[in-house]
Amino acid sequence: MNNNLLIKVEHLSRHYGPIQAVSAVDFELKRGEVLGFLGPNGAGKSTTMQMITGNLAPSTGKVTICGVDLLDDPKTAKAEIGYLPEQPPVYRDFTVDEYLNFCARINRISKDKISRAVDQAKQRCGLTEVSKRLIANLSKGFQQRVGIAQAIIHSPAIVVLDEPTVGLDPIQIREIRSLIRELSSEHGVILSTHILPEVQMTCDRVQIINKGKLVYSDDIANLDQRMRATTLLLELRKPPSEDVLQNLSGINRCEALGNNHFRLHHTHEQNPAEQIAEQAVKQGWGLLTLSPERKSLEQVFVEITSSEQSSSEEGQAA
Amino acid sequence: MMILTIAQREIRSLFYSPLAWAILGVTQLILAYLFLSQLQEYIHLQPQLKMMAAAPGITDVVILPIYSSAAFIMMMVVPMLTMRLISDERRNKTLTLLFSAPISMTEIIVGKYLGIVAFMLIMVLMMTLMPLSLTIAATLDFGLLMAVIIGLVLMVAAFVSVGLYMSTLTIQPTVAAVSTFGILLLLWIIDWAGNKVVDENASGALSYLSMLRHFEPLGKGIFSTGDIMYYLLFITTFLVLSIRRLDADRLQG
Repeated sequence: MNNNLLIKVEHLSRHYGPIQAVSAVDFELKRGEVLGFLGPNGAGKSTTMQMITGNLAPSTGKVTICGVDLLDDPKTAKAEIGYLPEQPPVYRDFTVDEYLNFCARINRISKDKISRAVDQAKQRCGLTEVSKRLIANLSKGFQQRVGIAQAIIHSPAIVVLDEPTVGLDPIQIREIRSLIRELSSEHGVILSTHILPEVQMTCDRVQIINKGKLVYSDDIANLDQRMRATTLLLELRKPPSEDVLQNLSGINRCEALGNNHFRLHHTHEQNPAEQIAEQAVKQGWGLLTLSPERKSLEQVFVEITSSEQSSSEEGQAA
Repeated sequence: MMILTIAQREIRSLFYSPLAWAILGVTQLILAYLFLSQLQEYIHLQPQLKMMAAAPGITDVVILPIYSSAAFIMMMVVPMLTMRLISDERRNKTLTLLFSAPISMTEIIVGKYLGIVAFMLIMVLMMTLMPLSLTIAATLDFGLLMAVIIGLVLMVAAFVSVGLYMSTLTIQPTVAAVSTFGILLLLWIIDWAGNKVVDENASGALSYLSMLRHFEPLGKGIFSTGDIMYYLLFITTFLVLSIRRLDADRLQG
């Protein structure tokens, strides 16, 4: 068994009555990797997370955690997972210390190591100052951190975080993101979110799930590549006619946007920006702006999810 | 080990809420009032009792009625304690914490069950202090006292198992409480109808189901395996049902 392979999910499906929430999802997670799970609301992110963590039995399929089948030997498998659900599972009438102590004990940490584990988790999540306070009296952000502390207290091989930054303020979001990056040095992390920049900032690999199906799975670098658009935005003070721009080498199409703005579509292989600048100076067009346009992750996301949709519709028609 | 951890958390969170203290206080107060009025009656009856050949002792007159009343009061108290066991955790989504941890459904259910039973033991212990205070002035029939305590504990343990199961069925604690109380009351009075049924077999079945019928012999000092088995089977049944119900949480669609 490959030691670095933490999770192996094979053909995982789940239906609620007639509704297919997740269908035939396959993926893997390796040590030291942050895997982003992206999808619109109701896409099946949470259902998948619940199945990986043993909170929900899959209808079909297999989940292997560190080489142990989750259904055959749930106790051994679950010991390797820390899970933060959408709503942090905290006992509101406990103090942070009491709660984390309980979590340490149910995760079978031996007695002599409990206080160290609790201290460490508190420290990593910035909870040391509030350790004597009731969880009910903590702010949402701190409760979220308590939830994360609970997930990492037994230093599991895999940390599964379901929308960990929802409802937090920007500073807290930044702190939690850096905590996630930090966690990835020792643990494998699965992160679900519908906030796209979050994925860009924290993840190594992205998986997009839509309507229960995995529609995209790639490294973040490749996603970056995909986001690099094939258009240039050009603004000239004394523009030549559109045809002239159109006929420049490497330009496929020129779009006049009005107000002396143009969008130039070029091929993927070569970027004609250099030649355009040269030409502009030579011909005295009065170059004001020349910038490559980037597709936002949102656009890519919509592209991927909607193209999947149309192709499946075609499939149905045929 | 895990069972104890869960039981301990259950007791801890009970005592963090005012509910546990209020229940302990109110129950103790009512039982003390009953105890004192029963004692008053005994003092009143004493001259007559002296005339009788085989007179009932203080244990029969004062202590046994208290335990019968206690059983009835605890029937009303148990639903309030058991209602939040699972349903509240389900509603607050804290059940996920237990499901994701390396513990089995059996450990979760038995742990929670023992937590409440332990709390009820505290209650029984506190009320037992009252009869024990009589040892200063009188001699008690300790065999009889022991039998009735065992009977009460078994009955209360059975109440808790029903309450726990009802709590696994719903997300609303109040629904769990009401249905627990309904079932317990029905099982309490089920043999009333049994007495009126002419058919011998049918009445036998109904009175076998009655919880009270199995408590009464212990109150007379009759320790019968049949009655003990009734309670143990009762408890096991409801615990197994609870475990299955909790397991179904993962499976249900």
